[in-house]
Amino acid sequence: MNAHLSRRTLLGLLGAGAGAHLLSGCGDGGSGDPDGPQAINWWHIQNTEPMLPVWAAMAQEYQGAHSGVTVEIQPLENEAFKAKLTTATQAGSPPDLFQSWGGGTLKQQVDAGLVKDLTDDVKPWIGSLLPAAVQPFTIDGKVYGVPFDVGMVGFWYNKALFDAAGVTAPPTTWAGLLDAVRRLRAAGTVPIALAGKEKWPGHYYWAYLAMRVGGLGALQQAAKDGNFDTPDFVAAGERLRELIDLQPFQKGFLGADYSSPDGQAATMGNGGAAMELMGQWAPSVQASSSTGKKGLGDKLGFFVFPAVDGGKGSASDAFGGGNGFAVGKDAPAATVDFLRSLLSVDNQRRAAKTGLVLPTVREAVDGIADPNNKIVAQTLAGATGFQLYLDQAYPPAVGQQVNDSVAELFAGNKTPAQIVKDITTVAKSQ
Amino acid sequence: MTRPSAVADASRAAPATHRSAAGRGAARRGGPPRPGRRGALAVFLTPALLLFLSLVIAPIAVAGYASLYKWNGFGLPENFVGLDNYTRALADPTFRGDLWRGFVLIVLSLTVQLPAALGLAMLLNQPLRGRGVYRLVFFAPYVLSEVTTAVLFTLVLSPNRGLGGAISRWLGADAGAVFADPDTVLFAVFLVVSWKYFGLYMMLFLAARQGIPKELSEAAATDGATAWQAFRHVTLPLLGPTIRISVFLSVIGTIQLFDMVWVLTGGGPIHASETMAVTMYQYGFRRFEVGYASAISIVMFLLSLVFALTYQRVVLRRDTEGALTTQGAQR
Repeated sequence: MNAHLSRRTLLGLLGAGAGAHLLSGCGDGGSGDPDGPQAINWWHIQNTEPMLPVWAAMAQEYQGAHSGVTVEIQPLENEAFKAKLTTATQAGSPPDLFQSWGGGTLKQQVDAGLVKDLTDDVKPWIGSLLPAAVQPFTIDGKVYGVPFDVGMVGFWYNKALFDAAGVTAPPTTWAGLLDAVRRLRAAGTVPIALAGKEKWPGHYYWAYLAMRVGGLGALQQAAKDGNFDTPDFVAAGERLRELIDLQPFQKGFLGADYSSPDGQAATMGNGGAAMELMGQWAPSVQASSSTGKKGLGDKLGFFVFPAVDGGKGSASDAFGGGNGFAVGKDAPAATVDFLRSLLSVDNQRRAAKTGLVLPTVREAVDGIADPNNKIVAQTLAGATGFQLYLDQAYPPAVGQQVNDSVAELFAGNKTPAQIVKDITTVAKSQ
Repeated sequence: MTRPSAVADASRAAPATHRSAAGRGAARRGGPPRPGRRGALAVFLTPALLLFLSLVIAPIAVAGYASLYKWNGFGLPENFVGLDNYTRALADPTFRGDLWRGFVLIVLSLTVQLPAALGLAMLLNQPLRGRGVYRLVFFAPYVLSEVTTAVLFTLVLSPNRGLGGAISRWLGADAGAVFADPDTVLFAVFLVVSWKYFGLYMMLFLAARQGIPKELSEAAATDGATAWQAFRHVTLPLLGPTIRISVFLSVIGTIQLFDMVWVLTGGGPIHASETMAVTMYQYGFRRFEVGYASAISIVMFLLSLVFALTYQRVVLRRDTEGALTTQGAQR
């Protein structure tokens, strides 16, 4: 043994040994023989009916067809999933197959080397998926996840309340929307339900207005250079303030949840407000949160976010996102094949039949049974451009700042010019 | 990662107890510790010390280390920024607001919550029909978890359909949207926290009151003291130790307040009910700015530590005599 081994070297060696030991402990040793026994650890967030049993059945069938592969499913509630994944990824041991929305959060995981590059594995079949759905999972030209669901945000409205207020057709311009809000208020109806406590529903308004005023290019440019302090973003805030000044929201909206018994979805589902700006899941959450568990039924309608006069963006540009799965760095070889089986045309049709999933596989789109889902799928199919939710598209710190800042706009304690400065400060520091 | 090491410690401690039985025989009472006794000390202290080091000291050290870096929590921290995270916290209006809100909550706790609990305890010490029932009812909220309590109150105080709104409208007021108004939300949170915790303090005060011998108040009455004089000059001074420890628990609890606020309001609207722990969580787990979140947690730790030590040294000095603070003098 070398007598001159310094203490620092010794400590370094000890540290390296401990590190290697930790790493070997974290992996599940699945990257060896592709035909040997393999366990796929799968985290998804469809933890309730109707998708929970469907995923379980698909996993069961795959196990039946592939002896030696076991799928260990861990269904998690959305917020619980985020917290659990955070600790798992920060410890450097992501699950083998897990929920992802793509965008900035996925990019952070990619940069940390936690997720597998799927580009070559999925090349033969990724073309059968809708390009808009795959886009959020593509980072620097490489595919790091596969979407099983895609949708968009738009206005869901109560036809009966619109009729009663004398609003005969859904508004197509921002001025028209403001006018509809005035009429609804005059008729004694709460025009808009909003979950102010959760912040993300509020950011839809600002993001959509930025898309309509500045066009998709403005948002893409801001993602690159971190500069939100432009006339277009300020103008988006000014337009939003026109709406906020009409006081269109339900009482206590700043403290309202999205899906609690008195939240945004319940207010809509119980007929307590005339419209909400929400994603494709809105009808089912309205139904499950409403008192009678039925929702609005055929009184519910959908219209796209209106155009803004003089804006550079088109009213056919869509804002939204979907759900997908990413594959962890140490996942066993069968994981990608299992993922492909989940996205087979048959399985996508089955998922679509539940009414909770809008399929990303083109051929499976005919499996959509729910009329509301059909409208969203048709609108999305005709979309001229697509922007992912800002709190997913940008790095988490920027996305959260957008949500926080827009919430301050809703509460009326910051101006449109102030919030773009706040967001820019955070974006530039990333 | 810490859990397996704790298990290892426990297994290591098990055979050690056998050795200690032999070691104890060699030790004699009094006099300087002999080698055998030192061995026994080492054997008995090591497991607890290892646990304390790995579960308390090590995380604090790691947080202190991480707080010097700009780090998103993935991989190892590399971007050393010195004290930037601390200067940023002190300039951050949200964090400064946290300090102010923490101060307001502490003042409210000490001036409203504890006196109310003391008053109730004195009342329930009187011969009263159904006294046991009242004691049980007032103590019951403390048994609920913070999250359960918070969910309960979001339902009761829900603006459009809540029971609280209905009752207040019937009384001609409107308490419906207290959690949605930045001006009222902090007080609403304080009310819920008090609802949950006043029972605990009431119970502590009640137990202490019952530990005061009857003879003392009887003697005071014989000397012609009024009820107020007996309370002010006999009961209150004898409740001193309990009051002092209650103040301590209340302040430390307020500095670390998280669960209740997180579920009730999430810190909103517009940070009006945010506490240091909520801000830390937002940055650590939502924005992935782990370095900055660590700096906030270190500030929280230092505030608690400085308060605890000062309070022990100055206020609790008499109560803990012979335990911690005067160890040096005893020798």
